[in-house]
Amino acid sequence: MSGGPGLETLVDQTISVITNDGRNIVGVLKGFDQATNIILDESHERVFSTKEGVQQLVLGLYIIRGDNISIVGELDEEIDSTLDWSKMRAHPLKPVIH
Amino acid sequence: MLFFSYFKELVGREVTVELKNDLAIKGTLHSVDQYLNIKLENTRVVDQDKYPHMLSVRNCFIRGSVVRYVQLPPEGVDVELLHDATRREARGG
Repeated sequence: MSGGPGLETLVDQTISVITNDGRNIVGVLKGFDQATNIILDESHERVFSTKEGVQQLVLGLYIIRGDNISIVGELDEEIDSTLDWSKMRAHPLKPVIH
Repeated sequence: MLFFSYFKELVGREVTVELKNDLAIKGTLHSVDQYLNIKLENTRVVDQDKYPHMLSVRNCFIRGSVVRYVQLPPEGVDVELLHDATRREARGG
């Protein structure tokens, strides 16, 4: 691939976004720009807690402002389907402190 | 510009990127851009038991603005060359 680490290779794929406030949003990447603003379709949030397994909140079509994005991960659906998120317990991620 | 060029030379090496939310991700450096956004391949989170959030992620894009440290392979660093380059940059030429 030429150029920098753009997100074009991830368009129409399922991605996992970690935001600066520590949230984890999973959805299909529909668009992005220079500032890493992102359009996600069919998205849901995975809420981590130590008291119960991961809760999935349906969000639908979402735009996330680039400022607020830490990581955009390509979700490997094969691995993801083998994981039982409803039994996974963990602290929510810490917010980013600049 | 100096560090952009520098990171471009490290493409293909194994690095650990520590983020400003304390997450550390290890992987092969795939690419870097002008904002020092980083793309890693074959990633794994350093403390997976504590941070299972990215268990199903193997390739990821990290926004340059949230990077705290990049741990480099010692053999990938030519300290003398970096010294010279940073001094030249500091002199403005």
